[in-house]
Amino acid sequence: MTTLTKAEPAPESRTAGSAPHRKRPREGSRLLGFLAWVIGILFVLPVLWMLLTSLHSESDAATNPPKLAAPLTLQGYREFFGASSGASPWPSLLNSLTASVISTLLVLALAIPAAYALSIRPVRKWTDVLFFFLSTKMLPVVAGLLPIYLFAQKVHLLDNIWLLIVLYTSMNLPIAVWMMRSFLAEVPVEMLEAASVDGAGLTRTLTQVVGPVVMPGIAATSLICFIFSWNELLFARVLTATVAQTAPVFLTGFVTSQGLFLAKVCAAALVVSLPVMIAGFAAQDKLVQGLSLGAVK
Amino acid sequence: MSVAVDVGDRAASRRQGGASRSLRRSGDWARRVPLLPALIFTIVVTQLPFVATLVISFMNWNAYYPNERGFAGFANFRSVLTDVAMRDAIITTIELTVTVVAVSLLLGLVVALLLDRSFLGRGAVRTMMITPFLVVPVAAALLWKHALYNPEYGLLNGVLKGVWGLFGAAGSAPQPDWITQMPLLSVEIALIWQWTPFMMLILLAGLQSRPLDVIEAARIDGAGSWQIFRYMTFPHLRQYLELGALLGSIYIVQNFDYVFTITSGGLGTANLPYAIYQTFYQAHDYGRASAAGVVVVIGTILIATLALRTVSSLFREETSR
Repeated sequence: MTTLTKAEPAPESRTAGSAPHRKRPREGSRLLGFLAWVIGILFVLPVLWMLLTSLHSESDAATNPPKLAAPLTLQGYREFFGASSGASPWPSLLNSLTASVISTLLVLALAIPAAYALSIRPVRKWTDVLFFFLSTKMLPVVAGLLPIYLFAQKVHLLDNIWLLIVLYTSMNLPIAVWMMRSFLAEVPVEMLEAASVDGAGLTRTLTQVVGPVVMPGIAATSLICFIFSWNELLFARVLTATVAQTAPVFLTGFVTSQGLFLAKVCAAALVVSLPVMIAGFAAQDKLVQGLSLGAVK
Repeated sequence: MSVAVDVGDRAASRRQGGASRSLRRSGDWARRVPLLPALIFTIVVTQLPFVATLVISFMNWNAYYPNERGFAGFANFRSVLTDVAMRDAIITTIELTVTVVAVSLLLGLVVALLLDRSFLGRGAVRTMMITPFLVVPVAAALLWKHALYNPEYGLLNGVLKGVWGLFGAAGSAPQPDWITQMPLLSVEIALIWQWTPFMMLILLAGLQSRPLDVIEAARIDGAGSWQIFRYMTFPHLRQYLELGALLGSIYIVQNFDYVFTITSGGLGTANLPYAIYQTFYQAHDYGRASAAGVVVVIGTILIATLALRTVSSLFREETSR
């Protein structure tokens, strides 16, 4: 009892502090809360269903109406990792990881200096440059695919992970420039001036003054670039084959087998999505900042 | 000779009154240097391929007939614009994009408004809402195609049978073949499921950046909930709605994964990215595929110009703030 009464005031005061205008919950507001729960459950349901199906045996997964309480098994996951087919997904998962991580690092290396030149010490007509970057994002990638394919064929870069790394870098660079610019624009000019008055050089200014302020921005940018690279299918599908194929390409080739495959497919879809889910859940706020190109802080 | 004089002149002016100007000029370059790697990289990797596409689009070039390569004039464009499949792909792309963006924006707005209130388990609902966006698109498309839409053992028909079974009529439950009977709608529903969280996140952030004191003042002055939404929340949200619509359109116009996975472009669901992929990947008609690409780019430029104007007006608001 005592713990209950002690625990009570804390959430009370928090809601009062963050939203002073809110009245006492009325009947209608409880109904709206319930509605939010219903919609939330509807949206998460397919993912939960995927999880449950992935843990069922193939014969239990293919029943109608569905068996909810069927015994759980890891057979689907074993099959995905090549238990009976011998086709391991590890090379493609590693390719995805390589392409996503290296392209994200390259994007940061290119975007941060560019964003610096568009915010802290802006070049003339910096808005035009910024909009040029955004406009490249609007051109459909599929329209440039053919020349890239022909070029890669000529210089023997087809089925090479480095080709994907370069393309993913170009795909994410405009987003990263926009995001990093909006984060760097938050750095107060007075702080930079104070640093230079105190005799700090460029390196010190960057590492000790600008760095701490924009670190969250760099994290948000990395998250978004990683997710988009990890998810990409079209380039990977056209430009890679057996050696450099990524996890999404592996997935598309997964359902060709005959017979029951539902549990296996659900297990595969979950495993491939896992890195994105972990990163996204761990950094929900960064996700919003990133998706809105840094417009929402 | 004149060149030398010119250079000499310039050097002289730099030494004299132009000292400050040259300082500014070298300052300009110092400012530009950090920008150049990113700018050059972007131009080389994203713009040069388009130039090449433009050149190829005027060529007669089919990989199966390598000896017949040559200048084709506007023939490829004529065949693209008169091709029924290509015209259908254009219409499909517009229909798909508009439907998905509009519905997910609307649903996202409803959910964001619900999540802007405090209620028990708000954080949990928010996390549940984000989940669809964190499923890799190919994986999500496979999930919808096989685990939900499948007419024999998919969840949707399973639920229908289960519900009918409650009334002892499991045998007469409707068991539609979702993808065959409503192919485009199937793709759209799966896309809406994945993109509503995106819209919700942006709109929720917009709602939470509202100046609460002003709204409180309005409430004290006797404004009703609907009035507050109509005259205060909505105008504030407008720029977030526009941002969501713009970013959503950029990604959904180019959607390839869902069409490729769920219907393989069949049953009238082939959108432009898929149609171009097909002419290039299956027909090996490089000239025509490029002409289609150029048509897409021109169309996109028209729409993007409008969109960019919206963003830049938003942007000016932001910088003037």
